Formats: sequence, structure tokens, C-alpha cells
Amino acid sequence: MGGYTSQELTAIFVMQGFSGLSLFCVFLLMALGLAIIFGQMGVINMAHGEFLTLGAYITWMVSELATQTWPWMQDFYFPLAVVLAFAGTFILGYLVEMLLIRRLYSRPLDTLLATWGLGLILQQIYRSTFGPREVSVTMPDWLMGSWAPTDIIDIPLNGLLVMGITAMMTLLVVILLYRSRWGIKVRATTQNRAMANAAGINTQRVDRFTFALGCGIAGVAGAAFTTIASTGPTTGSLYIVDTFLVVVFGGAASLLGTVVSAFGIAQSQSILEFFLSGSMAKVITLLTVVGILMFRPQGLFASKVRR
Amino acid sequence: MQDSTRSKPAWKRRLLGLALSTGLGFTGMAGAAEVNTTGLAVTDDTVQVGILHSVTGTMAISETGSVEAEKLAIEQINAMGGVLGRQIEIIQEDGASDWPTFAEKARKLLVQDHVAAVFGCWTSASRKAVLPVFENQNGMLYYPTFYEGLEQSKNVIYTGQEATQQIIAGLDWIAQEKDAKTFYLVGSDYIWPRTSNKIARKHIEDVLGGTVVGEEYYPLGNTNFGSLINKIRLKKPDVVYSSIVGGSNVAWWKQLKAAGITADRQTIMTISVTEDEVLGIGGENMEGFYSAMKYFQSLDNENNVAFVNAFKERWGDDSVIGDVTQAAYLGPWLWKAAVEKAGSFDIDAVAAASADIELTTAPEGYVKVHENHHLWSKLRVGQWQADGQAKVVYESELIEPNPFPEGYQ
Amino acid sequence: MDKWIAAFGGRQRLMQLLALAVLLLVILPLTLDVFRLNLLGKYLTYAFVAVGLVLCWGYGGILSLGQGVFFGMGGYCMAMFLKLEASSPENTAIQSTPGIPDFMDWNQVTELPMMWVPFHSLSLTVVLILTVPALFAFLIGAAMFKRRVGGVYFAIITQAIASIATILIIGQQGYTGGINGITDLRTLLGWDIRPDSAKYLLYFLCCILLIVCLLIGQFVLSSRYGKLLIAMRDQEDRVRFSGYDVANIKIFVFALAGVFSAIGGAMFALQVGFMSPSFVGTVVSIEMVIFCAVGGRLSLIGAVYGALLVNLAKTMLSESFPQLWIVFMGALFIGVVLLFPQGLAGIYEDYVRPRFANLFSRKSVTKDNGDKSVAQEAQS
Repeated sequence: MGGYTSQELTAIFVMQGFSGLSLFCVFLLMALGLAIIFGQMGVINMAHGEFLTLGAYITWMVSELATQTWPWMQDFYFPLAVVLAFAGTFILGYLVEMLLIRRLYSRPLDTLLATWGLGLILQQIYRSTFGPREVSVTMPDWLMGSWAPTDIIDIPLNGLLVMGITAMMTLLVVILLYRSRWGIKVRATTQNRAMANAAGINTQRVDRFTFALGCGIAGVAGAAFTTIASTGPTTGSLYIVDTFLVVVFGGAASLLGTVVSAFGIAQSQSILEFFLSGSMAKVITLLTVVGILMFRPQGLFASKVRR
Repeated sequence: MQDSTRSKPAWKRRLLGLALSTGLGFTGMAGAAEVNTTGLAVTDDTVQVGILHSVTGTMAISETGSVEAEKLAIEQINAMGGVLGRQIEIIQEDGASDWPTFAEKARKLLVQDHVAAVFGCWTSASRKAVLPVFENQNGMLYYPTFYEGLEQSKNVIYTGQEATQQIIAGLDWIAQEKDAKTFYLVGSDYIWPRTSNKIARKHIEDVLGGTVVGEEYYPLGNTNFGSLINKIRLKKPDVVYSSIVGGSNVAWWKQLKAAGITADRQTIMTISVTEDEVLGIGGENMEGFYSAMKYFQSLDNENNVAFVNAFKERWGDDSVIGDVTQAAYLGPWLWKAAVEKAGSFDIDAVAAASADIELTTAPEGYVKVHENHHLWSKLRVGQWQADGQAKVVYESELIEPNPFPEGYQ
Repeated sequence: MDKWIAAFGGRQRLMQLLALAVLLLVILPLTLDVFRLNLLGKYLTYAFVAVGLVLCWGYGGILSLGQGVFFGMGGYCMAMFLKLEASSPENTAIQSTPGIPDFMDWNQVTELPMMWVPFHSLSLTVVLILTVPALFAFLIGAAMFKRRVGGVYFAIITQAIASIATILIIGQQGYTGGINGITDLRTLLGWDIRPDSAKYLLYFLCCILLIVCLLIGQFVLSSRYGKLLIAMRDQEDRVRFSGYDVANIKIFVFALAGVFSAIGGAMFALQVGFMSPSFVGTVVSIEMVIFCAVGGRLSLIGAVYGALLVNLAKTMLSESFPQLWIVFMGALFIGVVLLFPQGLAGIYEDYVRPRFANLFSRKSVTKDNGDKSVAQEAQS
């Protein structure tokens, strides 16, 4: 790196760190919902990406409404969109659990297939409803552009927003899991379903709420996603393989594991991208993760769960 | 197989003979019987053609415009009385964004339906998959997309630009206009961007005397360009030359804007953004950047004004028309001209007659088919405006298509 | 004689196999034109994968979402051989380096990469088609099954492998043909594979190989291995405590499924005339699982019918209602899993066969019921 001043190198270092952090936020937002579902029920929701897409489309609809009908709302629609995205995906998740997932708890591999099918149907519904073209939300003015603490450092504002949302959602999940009655029930169910049942916990209701909550978080992820990329019927499926790996790599039933694994995968991919070409960076990151998983199949942070 | 498949038109001919004898089928065309004996789905009143694009799957986004343009052209031709007095009937098949499906449907169109021509395909991969089918079954394909070149076939008319037509003149212009010496090449990871950048690199290094300071590829669908943007900041190239496609495009331009890389700070030229893409990206995110294409919706000439109006009337006021959509629109017209020149629907005759066909009514202006079945066309550089339309800032002379460029391979 | 019949799954299974053989080798070729027959041949190549999945998923309890990788191995090996033959120095004289595949020339590769050299020889190619997937499956299996990775974990990891394989193939286009794949395959040892006569021959070859694979599958299931497989899927720990090495059994079926898939891939490249990374990825891999599930995850022959019917539906639906096709596919995933976990084979066993059996002989009914209850127990 000859020919650059130390100031320039520091600036690049900061911005590169930030770019890794943005990717980390995307991974974590997607993985959070998946992780709590997988942790508690051992179910992998293949339609998770489509819940994200739904959240993104809801955000887009709110933004369209805001720009066309109520122009005064244009600057403030985003928080409303996040809430609606959460609500919409939460309700859909609730219904899906009731109609589909519940019947398949004893067969986790079959859930995989059924949710994949659900994902296909949702994709086609989006395509018929919103058209095959990608749509893009109109961003409020205050979200565009960047924050420049020095002359050469530019921190994108939308990245900061995504980070804020990620922190908020993570905090919410932590509080719910460790500071609420529902959290106690979830943890009890995770550790020993039969005993939890015996202790009078309605595990079925806990499951349903967990699943719906996981989907709701995916919806929020979708809302956040609209600020950095576009929305199309297949948007959600783009990151889905990476997200599964994040969850599995983190270790089932470990929230900390999910955070650490999302951070590790995002930063290493981002750093490798800086030194190599994008495709190779991705291949090397994924291969490393798969390699480590082969030697440590329980993931980074395995909780001691009786199976 | 060949024999058995030809029995169907024979059966149709008998029926038609009956119609003719009662005077109903009389179309006033001399030598009608001769035209009908090509083994194709041609009767005295109608001729069948195929449209083969993805209506479902990830490519549906891009191919919809082409389907609309081809249908519009065919409807217009029918309204003018058809081809050799025959109305064109469309058999549409869905390639489903899946290359083997394209091959399967192409076979169906040629072997079962005996269509006289097929308008279709979009990605290089789908064209590569159907090419052997068209060559073996002797069909005629009109392919609309700008592509990487390195191909030439008797059975294909390429109505988009091959790589050298799109790249060289654009690079020449930007090098002169911006006094550019250093270039950063980025693209999605597949054959078209890689081949295009190869040609661009050769031209930059050997002809323009510049240097390529970076060349990078990201997987299709990638939406995280933070590291790439940082590298560009570090290398400070005079020009970023982009061939990122599809969904990645939106993320790429949005993130550039968010990172504070705007047109007044960085010159970016792209060969993969048309009006279609800008719709998704948002004009405000593209403002000031350049695209090198042969056609822009904003072109100011009589043909184009009529075309844009007709297109909007047929497919809605919201429609936008990109480079490929226009190229797709040329397909049926070029086929009509070739058939009329040959006086027959026969594939060999049409293929032979195609060379030197001229179209003065093309929205892009004047086009002419070269012996190598590509089109002579102009290159235009458009600068994007906030409203999602491009302002044409440069227009070249007609460029000869050269799919196998010497010294660029 | 009876010993042999028993070794291949018993009289009933063999009769079903015979019926399938008659359908594929006699009835369909007589009724379909060569275009449809070629399509059918293409679908049958997926049946190889589905049959492999019956063994490793249905019986072994290992769900692999990366079978496309094995299909791709077979397909690419065969395509590489055919491509080299199509790229003789005479055919490629206009290239800057004659004698190498055209896409290499476009990518400035000036000599044949080492990886391609073995594919000059057909016998070596065939050996590689059979051994490379077996070896790869062995490596994955040895790493994972020995550490008792299974279930959802295994599914996710194999899916990730499929995703990596696609990115690699697309990225290394100078060596692999990139996203376009390896196209324009022409001859096999000088014999043109494109005309209709060749399509017929390749179709029959494909059928015969499929029947051989089915026989091997039935042989394995009827052997001691098969009993262990079923026992293991239901009570893995008990089998382990009985002193068997569970991992080895899993590795074996996984490798066998991989080899079957690779044979399918090789036949695909021969019949369709090209190979592309879209047959390696995650989407196609999971579609293969649904072929197997529709046919019945516990029925080898059912898997063949499953692959045929789903693809037939796909072709017909996408010709008339392109939008509906994807919804139908999604509904199929959900419906089969929720309502018919035993697939077509289950419907046949429950509704069709009892009636047939009543017509012909009473003996076999009792025997079948015994069979079925084992299967049902295994499921629950």
C-alpha cells in the first residue's frame, strides 16, 4: 500500500470496518428470527427469506402511499413502515404455524420441504401482485447521503439506520428471552419439552408465539433491507443460504453464538472482499465455515441441551 | 422424424386446397402454393412464429419488455397486412429463467409447431443453450440483447450490439472527454461482463495508453458493495467502468450514493443500465452517471417518437423502454423485410436474404444487417437525469459489427 | 432361483420393476415421438437422483439438499469428454489456440488445464464419473457422520456445498465454461449424438442403466445392510449399542446415492447435449428431493414415477399456465409432506394394490401387509 498517507489508510480502515459491520447487521437481522425458531423448535424455516420480502414490500407500499397521498408524511413514514412490516409478517407467521408447522413438529426434515414449498408460493404471489420488476422505496431525504466526520471518511446514513434497527431488535429479543415470563417458558421448552409441558407450560402456545415473533423480526429485517437494496419477488432468497450457515455455525439455541457467528462471517467476507475479488471472497468464507462445521458440528457456542 | 413432422402442414394444405376451391381461401398472392411448401406452419392466411422468453423466474424482470416490444411489432405488422399477405400468429413459450427449459421449448417450437421464426432469449446462457437446436433443426432466431460477441450463426440474427460496438466507441469518448487515464473495471460474475472487460482492458491498455487499476467480479445477486466502494476510494480511478447486472445493480448504485460517491466526485460509465434498470434504481441515484448504449428512450427522431407513443398506448403510460426492448422490436420487422426480399418463408432463403436488409423506420434510426448477421448500429452515450431518462451526450457514426475482433481476444 | 429373487427384493418388487421396464422400453417408445421421448429421457436422468435419495433419505434418514453437486459431477465429467472431442484441432482451427474448447480460447487459456487432461479417454471418464462422486461423498460422510452430524445440520451443510459449487463453477469460467456451461456437444467416439436415431439409442441406454441402478438398490435393501439401514433410521442408538458402526452404513448409502446421481448427470449431458451450473445449485437439488417425495420416499420404483410425473406436470403446466407452475410446485411440496408422506407408492399400497391383489391371488396380500406395516412403523 505504498503511496498513501497514514491518514488515508486510517480512513479506509474505518470505512472498511463499517462496511463489514453493515453486512454483519444484515446477517444478524436475518438470522435472529431464524435462530430463535431453530433454537426452540429445531425447525428450519426455508420460507424465512419470503417473510423478509413481505416486510420489504410492506415498507414499499407505505412509502408509495406516503409519497403519493400524504406528502407531509414522506419524511417520517419509515418508523410506521417498520411497525407495519413487523405486524404483517407476525400475523402471517402465526397463521403459518397454525396451519402448517404445527403438524410437522415430529418431522423436522419435512418442515424443511414444506416451508420451501411455502416460499415458492409466496414468491409467485409477490410476482403476481407487485410485478416481476424490482421496486425501490423512495428514501426520506434525511436518510440519503453520508456523515463525514473527517474530509475523507464517509459513513453512509442508511447503514447507521440499519445498525440502529439491528441493535434495537437484538435488545428486544434479549429482553424477551431473559427478562419476560414468555422467555422463561421458551427457555424451559428449549431445555426439556416434556418437563416444561409437565410443569404446566402450554408449549404449543409458546411455539406459536416464537414462530410468529421470528417471522416478525424477518419483516423488520425486510424493512431495513429496503434502505440498502431493492425489493423483488426473490430478494429474500439471496441471503438465505448464508443465513442458515450463520445460524448453524453459531450453534443452536445460542443467541450469543448467532451474534458472534454473524460477526465473524460478515467481517471475514468483507475483509477478504477487500483483498480478493468478490466471488472468491464468498467461496473462501463459505468453505471455511463448512470446513469448521465438519470438525465442530455443534457450532461455536453449543448450549447443553438434552436431545 | 423429419418426414412424420411434415405431415401436419400437408394435412393443412389439403384443407386449404378445399378452401381455395370454394374461393374462400383466395388471398390474391401469386405463387401461394409455392410459399406454403416450406415445411413450416404457413397457410394461405397465416404464418406462425414463436416468442420464447422467461415469463417466470428471476429473468422475468428483464425479459418482460422484450416480449411486449415483439408483440407490439407483430401487431403493427398484422395491421399493415401481415407478411406476404399472411397474418402472423404468435405461439408464446416460457423459458422460466432456466436454460435447459429454453432448449426444450425451442425444440418444441421448431419440431412440433414448425414456426417460421422465433423471437427470443435474453441471457447469453439461454442463447448458448438453444443455439445447437436452431442449427440442427434449421430454425431462425432473432436475439435482442447486447452480448459478448464471439459467435455467429446462419440461424441467428443478433439485433443487439456485440461487445466491440458497445465498448470501444464509448471508451474512446470518455477517455477524451474526461481525459481519463486510469480505469477500474467491475462486473457481475459471468461471461458477458468478463468478456466485455477483456475487450475494454485491451483497448484501454493498447489503444488509449491508460491503465486498469482494478478488475473485479461479484456473484450475481450480490447486494453488498461496501468493500468494493472502499477500494475504489483508495485507488481513485478516473473512470469506473461497470457491468453489474440484475438485482445487484440497485444495491450498487444506492450504496454508491449513500457512500457519498456522486457524479461530481467520480465518473462512472456503465454498459448494463438501461431505462428498465433505472426504474428500479431510482433516477436520483443515477443522476449524472453515463450509460453506453445504442438506444435511449429519449432519442429525438420521428421514428422513435412514434414508437414510444405506440408502446405506451399498447402497454400503459408507465412503461419505460430500454435498449434491449428496442432491439427486440426490430426483430419482427427485420424478419418481415427478409421474408419479403426472399419471397418465401423458407429458413435458408430468409437467412440468405437477411444480409444487407435495411430498416429506415427503426426507432434507433437507421440499421442494416451485416453479412455476419449482426446489425450496423450507432453507439450513444447517455447521461442520466433525475427523472430516469438519459440525455444523449454523444453519438457515434454507424459501427460495423465485428463479433470476432482481432487483437481483442 | 428363489434365493436370487429374494436377494433382489422378492417377487413382488421384481414384478413391479418388470412392469416399469416394459413401460419404459416398449410402451412409451412405441407411443411417443422422438421429441417427447427425448424429454422423457431427460426426466429419467433426474430419476437416478431420486432413486439415490430414496436410499439415503427414505431408508437412511439422511436428507441431502446438495445432490445436484453429484449430478453435476457426472454431468460435467461427461460434458468435458464430449467437449474435448468436439474441440478437435480441425474443428477449432479459427481459434488462437486450436484444439482446446472454445470458451477457454475466449478466456485466454492457452493450453488445456491439467484438470481436463484425463477426459481425453472415454474409459477414464467413465471411471471418474463413478469414483469422483463416491470419493467426495466419502469425504463429506466421513467428516460428518463420524461426528454424528445429521438431520437438519446435514441438510443445511449440503445445501451450502451446492451453493459454493455453483459460485465456483461460474467464477472459474476459463476452466468450466462459467454460467453458460459446456455447450454444443456433438459426438461420442465419432458417433453423432444429435440425430434422432442417436436420441433413441441414448434413451434406451438411459432406461437400462436406470433399471440396473434400481436392481442394485433393491439388492442393497434386501441385504443385511438394508435391514440395518431401517433399524438405524428408527433407533440409531440401539443399532450403535448393538455394535454396528452407524457412520459406515451412512457413508455407504450416501456414496451410493452420489454415484447414482452422477450416472444420471452423465446421461443428462449425453441426451441434452450440454451441462450448466444450474444443475448443480440449491434449487435443483431441492427439486430432486420433491421428485423422490412425490414418488414415495420408501419406494425405489416410486421415485422413478415421481420424477416422471412431476416433470410431465411441469412441462404441461408451463406450456399453458406459466404462472401457475410455481404455485403448483409449492403446493406439491406442502401437500405431499402434509397429506401423503408416503407419496404415490403409499397411495398405491393403500388403495390400488389391495384391489389388484384380490383379483389375482390371496397369498400375496398377507405378505404385502407385513411389508407395509414395517414401512409404516419405520415412518412413525
